[in-house]
Amino acid sequence: MELAAKNRFDGAPIASRMGEVQKDLAKLFEHANVDFLRSIPQPKSFTDYLGRKLFLFLLSLQGIGAFALITLGVLLRKRQVAVKVMQPRIRQEIRRSGVDLLPMFILMALGLGFLVVGQTVAALAKVGAINYLGSTMVIVVVRELGPLLTAMLLLARVGTAHVIELGTARALGEVEVLETMGIDPVHYLIVPRVIGMMAGMFSLTVYLIIGSLLAGYLCAFIQDVPLTPGDYFKELARALSGLDFVLLGLKTVIFGFFIAIVACYHGLAQPLRLEDVSRVAIRAVTQGVVVCVLIDLLFIVVYLLALA
Amino acid sequence: MNSAAPTNSPAMLMQEVQVGSLRPAGPPVLSGVNWSVASGEFWVVAGLAQTGKTDLLMLAGGLVPPLTGSYRLFGRDLRELGEAGLAERLQVAFVPDHGQMFSQLTIAENIALPLRYQRNLDAEEAVREILGLLEMLELLPFAGAWPASLSRDWLKRAALARALVLRPRVLLCDHPLGGLGIRHRRWWLQFLDQLWHGHEYFGGTPMTVVVTTAELAPWQHAGRRFALLRDGQFLPLGAWSEVIQSADPTLGELLTQAPQPTL
Repeated sequence: MELAAKNRFDGAPIASRMGEVQKDLAKLFEHANVDFLRSIPQPKSFTDYLGRKLFLFLLSLQGIGAFALITLGVLLRKRQVAVKVMQPRIRQEIRRSGVDLLPMFILMALGLGFLVVGQTVAALAKVGAINYLGSTMVIVVVRELGPLLTAMLLLARVGTAHVIELGTARALGEVEVLETMGIDPVHYLIVPRVIGMMAGMFSLTVYLIIGSLLAGYLCAFIQDVPLTPGDYFKELARALSGLDFVLLGLKTVIFGFFIAIVACYHGLAQPLRLEDVSRVAIRAVTQGVVVCVLIDLLFIVVYLLALA
Repeated sequence: MNSAAPTNSPAMLMQEVQVGSLRPAGPPVLSGVNWSVASGEFWVVAGLAQTGKTDLLMLAGGLVPPLTGSYRLFGRDLRELGEAGLAERLQVAFVPDHGQMFSQLTIAENIALPLRYQRNLDAEEAVREILGLLEMLELLPFAGAWPASLSRDWLKRAALARALVLRPRVLLCDHPLGGLGIRHRRWWLQFLDQLWHGHEYFGGTPMTVVVTTAELAPWQHAGRRFALLRDGQFLPLGAWSEVIQSADPTLGELLTQAPQPTL
């Protein structure tokens, strides 16, 4: 389809190609994919350029959404299929997206604790606003920084690896080979990665939050802030509500799901050549960041609605 | 003539099929394909590079549906097979040109994968099941090796083992002799012949074999059937005697390859 759409315009002058695109937008949406749109020469008008970018963004969202639904369908429908093959694969992915990253996250928790939490505690104590400690920490660390930082690190560390592995497998024809053996590539390749990423995202966020709050107190203690551990944790506990736990759990699981989906979508859902792999890896990281920020915005709305 | 005489029911039947390209997706590579493969036949599909040999095999293996026309696998339309027709699809095995073994699995794990997945076996059970196959294909010394450490000769043989592990009725081999050393070429020709006549490992049941090739000389055999892919067309040629009598220039090109081992 992609090449067929390309061939329609081959040999035509650039202006007429663009004219053709603008005239036949509905057909283009049906036939073209993101790569085809990218292959058309850049328009000179800024509004056209923005329109192109918006169109590409919508196409990507459409593709990612469809891929997410397919994956979810396979995840639920095939949960009893080849359990003895899938369970070790899921365990392997949980280790890769969670356990193996624990040392890095301990370091990140110390960094976050000393650089952000500790300084905030010290500053609040200095201006006599220690009563706001709990709510500040919950908003900054529990609701926002913890999940978002974990998502970015997982995207960079594991998401890129997923794109490269799957993209290479796709380019080398390994995905087709799976299909010849009657193995659903989404089930065998994507489902373990999605489960691993969701589990890893949730656990690492919890560890990062706990670690950074502990390190933050340590930093405040070193700075001689007059705050006992009892008061510190009492303030934190007072500021936390049941909603925070529920939404933190939901947010991390959704982050994990979509990071894995974006990475796997770019690696697997389109025909690739080996030389395309690095390009799609960059695109996957960019779109992963955008998707995480969009989900985060959605959760802010939920928080605001709940508070209202 | 092959001792394993073909039965009447075609294992694969293509009628006015248009074959699309799998990678990259594009316009049809073959049109108007009318091809009937009876059970127990040995087909050699020849063609120059980029003539759609792999795409035809992919379609024959049920990986991609025909763009137009009808394709019946063991009497059932491919489009109607769906997931319920997985058993029929698994009766057709495919050996890719480059082996395409999964780099993160050892050779034994690669070969056992379809068996483990389809029968829900754990690793030990699967290894026990494939030991005989590994031995028959002389792959036992490489069972624990990673694909990256093996030569193309052995990778292709491992891919053959992986294709045979589910005991298919039809075997599709994409360029089975391509890039192989002389010893391995001879082995492949003999082994495919044994499968065609009915290998004792598979209970002596004759297997339907389809191979693609860019060189016809090694495949000369009275019982085999030949076809040519040229200019987007599928041209059935018949037996070897008809191939060598043909004045087709493409056939001439496919026949005038360097001398290769034959049976």
